Amino acid sequence: MAGTAVRGRLTWQVATVSAVTDETPAVRTISLDLPDWPGPGAGPQRAGQHLDVRLTAEDGYQAEREYSIASAPGEPVAITVERLADGEVSPYLTEELRQGDQFEVRGPVGGYFVWDGDDGPLLLVAGGSGIAPLRAMLRHRRRTGSTVQARLLYSSRTWQDVIYRAELSVPADGLEVFHTLTRQQPPGWTGYARRVDAQMLTEVAWPAADDPVVYVCGPTSFVETVAGALTSLGYPARRIRTERFGATGGQ
Amino acid sequence: MEPVDGNAIGGLLIEIFGTEMTNVRGTCAACNATGPVASFAVYRSGPGIVARCRACDGELMVLVRRQAITCVDLRGLARLGK
Amino acid sequence: MTDDFPVLSAGPTPRTALDKWTFSVTGGVQQKTWTWPEFRALPAEQLTTDIHCVTRWSKLDTRWEGVSVDVLLDEAGYDAPYILAFCDGGYTTNLPVEAVTGGKAWVAFSYAGAPLRPEHGGPARLLVPRLYFWKSAKWVRGLRLRDTDEPGFWEMYGYHNYGDPWLEQRYAGD
Repeated sequence: MAGTAVRGRLTWQVATVSAVTDETPAVRTISLDLPDWPGPGAGPQRAGQHLDVRLTAEDGYQAEREYSIASAPGEPVAITVERLADGEVSPYLTEELRQGDQFEVRGPVGGYFVWDGDDGPLLLVAGGSGIAPLRAMLRHRRRTGSTVQARLLYSSRTWQDVIYRAELSVPADGLEVFHTLTRQQPPGWTGYARRVDAQMLTEVAWPAADDPVVYVCGPTSFVETVAGALTSLGYPARRIRTERFGATGGQ
Repeated sequence: MEPVDGNAIGGLLIEIFGTEMTNVRGTCAACNATGPVASFAVYRSGPGIVARCRACDGELMVLVRRQAITCVDLRGLARLGK
Repeated sequence: MTDDFPVLSAGPTPRTALDKWTFSVTGGVQQKTWTWPEFRALPAEQLTTDIHCVTRWSKLDTRWEGVSVDVLLDEAGYDAPYILAFCDGGYTTNLPVEAVTGGKAWVAFSYAGAPLRPEHGGPARLLVPRLYFWKSAKWVRGLRLRDTDEPGFWEMYGYHNYGDPWLEQRYAGD
């Protein structure tokens, strides 16, 4: 067996909750005060990265999870957490956690699902809470005055489930936002009303000849469907960056 | 169970390798498919973590944490490097 | 406490068709193999038990139906101190024979009154309720009887050879 045992090197630090914001009935954004940011050993924060979070119970039991950083580099660090029905950690973070509470974090982490502001045109495709790292990218785009043309295709169940609803409704130069609501639509809805499919992507995506870069984030099956469809549209694999959250439940 | 991907174990990999690993390319020893660590299919089971090749489901990496030490088995990777 | 138990897995869910499925006991002079109809014709028991997993959740009062490992080993007529359970997808786990005999282990095909779903280890999984759930190998296809103890998939990396949650055993050398 080719294996070896090594000691850990990336360090945990204590984060203090500075604010909590309910985005939807099941989703909350948690803003954090961090004494040492970016964490020791990590380079500068990049849009799309995540944090590792560690909770320790009174009896010493620890649970670790990963959450995308929903804020842009330079902004106060925030994560967006969705409450999963059978979740072990997410009910605590979305319902019980209060300003002033603390937990350990490590990061920022990620060198693949990152966008630094100059590559484009940019296509972002989000399924549910997969919007979090893509929102960091859009905020980074705005903060840096990037002129990269961007499109966001965001799939949610209903309008009430759309995270960052207000922020995404504000017009921004060079950014087009497309919503699809898969389960229920408000009266007068003129947007898409079905799961993301190849036809929808044909209508929304940049032509492959423009050499766009794509970031797809959401549940695994969503990501697989979107990446497959983009491949058939002629997008090369190296221009499609994916982050899979896994199926909801059982976390 | 749907696997996540190598992005999810990015922090653990920094801890093990001392550097960001998600954008490092790996080659499957079983079928020769190549891709970034971020794209590996990652299964998290009670005892440990198994990262698999998306093309052939072969085991690429097995990571098991015992107390303060992480055991890393890379035998399913023919190549791991930038 | 949870309503359903999480799906923890080391790999993708195998989907073996029942007309291809077999269960074998090997390691003796002659291998004994059952097809799915032959396996289902064996006497089966219903049991209610708790299951525990190293990730800390426990599920109480789970209802299963399966064939006792005692029946399978008696039918095969073998006697050896250790077994290695082997499964679709390549997973293995090892146990002393005394941990799976005397009414302590089953090859289970039904959970909560319904056929065991593939994501939960169906068509059949090993069920050893007294030990940590990683010993209850999903997608089990047979038992290899051995004179020496051979560590299975997780045991090779130091996970305790006999994960007994009541002794809080997890790592080798604890």
